[in-house]
Amino acid sequence: MENAPAIVQALVAPLSIGLISAVLGALITITDRIVNNYGDLVIDINSGKRKLEIKGGAPMLQTLAESGIFVPSACGGRGSCGACKVKVKSDVGPHLPTEIPYLEKEEIEQNVRLSCQIKVKDNVEIEIPEALFNVQEFDGVIERVRDVTHDIKEVYVKLPEGKEISFSCGQYGQIEVPPYGKVRAPTQRAYSMSSPPSDRNHLEFLVRLVPGGIVTTYVHEHLQEGQRMKVIAPFGEFGVKDTGATMICVAGGSGMAPFKGIFQHMIETGEIETREVWYFFGARTKADMFYLDWLNELDGEYEKFHFVPALSEPQEEDEWTGPTGLITEVLASYLTDQIDRSSPLEGYLCGSPGMLDACMAVMRKFDMSEDRIYFDKFA
Amino acid sequence: MTPAITPFSLLFASIFTSNILLANFLGMCSFISISKDMKSSNGLGLAVTMVLTVTTAVNWLILQLLQTLGLVYLRYIVFIIVIAAVVQMLEMIIDRVSQTLYMNLGIFLPLITVNCAILGVSLFMEIRNYSFIQSVVYGLGSGLGWWLAIMALSAIRKKVEKAPVPPGLKGAGITMIIIGFMAMAFIGFGGMLQVQ
Repeated sequence: MENAPAIVQALVAPLSIGLISAVLGALITITDRIVNNYGDLVIDINSGKRKLEIKGGAPMLQTLAESGIFVPSACGGRGSCGACKVKVKSDVGPHLPTEIPYLEKEEIEQNVRLSCQIKVKDNVEIEIPEALFNVQEFDGVIERVRDVTHDIKEVYVKLPEGKEISFSCGQYGQIEVPPYGKVRAPTQRAYSMSSPPSDRNHLEFLVRLVPGGIVTTYVHEHLQEGQRMKVIAPFGEFGVKDTGATMICVAGGSGMAPFKGIFQHMIETGEIETREVWYFFGARTKADMFYLDWLNELDGEYEKFHFVPALSEPQEEDEWTGPTGLITEVLASYLTDQIDRSSPLEGYLCGSPGMLDACMAVMRKFDMSEDRIYFDKFA
Repeated sequence: MTPAITPFSLLFASIFTSNILLANFLGMCSFISISKDMKSSNGLGLAVTMVLTVTTAVNWLILQLLQTLGLVYLRYIVFIIVIAAVVQMLEMIIDRVSQTLYMNLGIFLPLITVNCAILGVSLFMEIRNYSFIQSVVYGLGSGLGWWLAIMALSAIRKKVEKAPVPPGLKGAGITMIIIGFMAMAFIGFGGMLQVQ
């Protein structure tokens, strides 16, 4: 060794380390192959509704997605969002420390698990909302990106040729943006569909710029028309109940999205002529208002459709003649003397958690029962 | 030269007289942070014991290889790589074999890769020229000693929680003092038996 040329001596150390690492790496892979091979297994969903034949050993979220069942997940399986909850009926061992922070006490008792944290090691029976069978992954193309206000963009995505989606108004989809800048991994976030279900080959989302938001910043600063974008949809249970009751809809900002789809759908079905609808939309200034012309037109055209836009901080140049004040105050004043409260009322809310809670409080004050107030809370 | 010490004495010595934690002060970070909770301490102690026993054995074999090749100077880095790989494999095997054990070890198993007590034991094993049997026994004993020490500390901390500790000493401060007392108490074993 000592007599070998200097260059050889210098290479011995890195080469040996490399060799040892390679051998150990190979050993780990072999161990993984042997130990993590659970063979062919079956996942039974909702007592036999669907049976998936899968290979065991991988996390449940990933295994289900490979078989076309998309459990909602905002963090992509890193165990940091707690969205991928699944009720497991078989014994898959006690809850892991990584799951517990995301589960309520009742959920732990019912053996609700985070599907990204548990591995499929045996035949398992699980329960998921039936609607998830309908969820598909689309490789969409951005057909149009349009500014509707200074901080809200309307993103219109075309689904691949020959692919159709069937969803109900008020549901949401997860869009995925590629890594950019300091963001190293693809990131998914959920947005409500603002297009009507009849447009089966497209999905539209309203994306409001959130300072520091990974997906919203990408959409606002980098997204180009013609670009590909992965969309997983539809999710969620928010939507209009088929009761005929008067709808009291309240939204702010991009909370407009589900209502845009809902009203378009009601026009198509003719329900807008027969059902009483009150739509309260709150914004700070006129610059934050959008779709104003369209909604005013609906208000004029349909007798039972009432649009109430309100500004909380109207500027002088806005020349605003409509209601002013917080949307909760406007809602309360209309509930006091404008809305016929003798017929049953239903609340539909979409917006920030703060706005939602405040509106709920107003609605409760006017004796609207809590189980008839439906909401879509932004997280 | 392999030291002439019987495996049984070595086991006793590594648990008590030269406890890896209280005599050599290795593996302190997890010792202090985890000992807050008794259940976690137990899991971590078990994990350290298992990993120490296995890695010391594997590292002894690797050391023979390094000695034949004249590459002993690479031992530090090689030991660390071996420890990391062994922990990985151990985790997979335990996950498959015993779910209960896997749950008890929880997140500690992968964390142990960076516990200095693990590397320390492998290096002592090399410096002291232990035979294979001695190395395994020394690894096991050091693990048990570490386990014993963290369980003792976490029991004491449970008591101290209710004691009127001056505000400035709460948490890590009083814990360091307790560890000092424990180390002094363990010196008492020192007269019974000495390893290098």
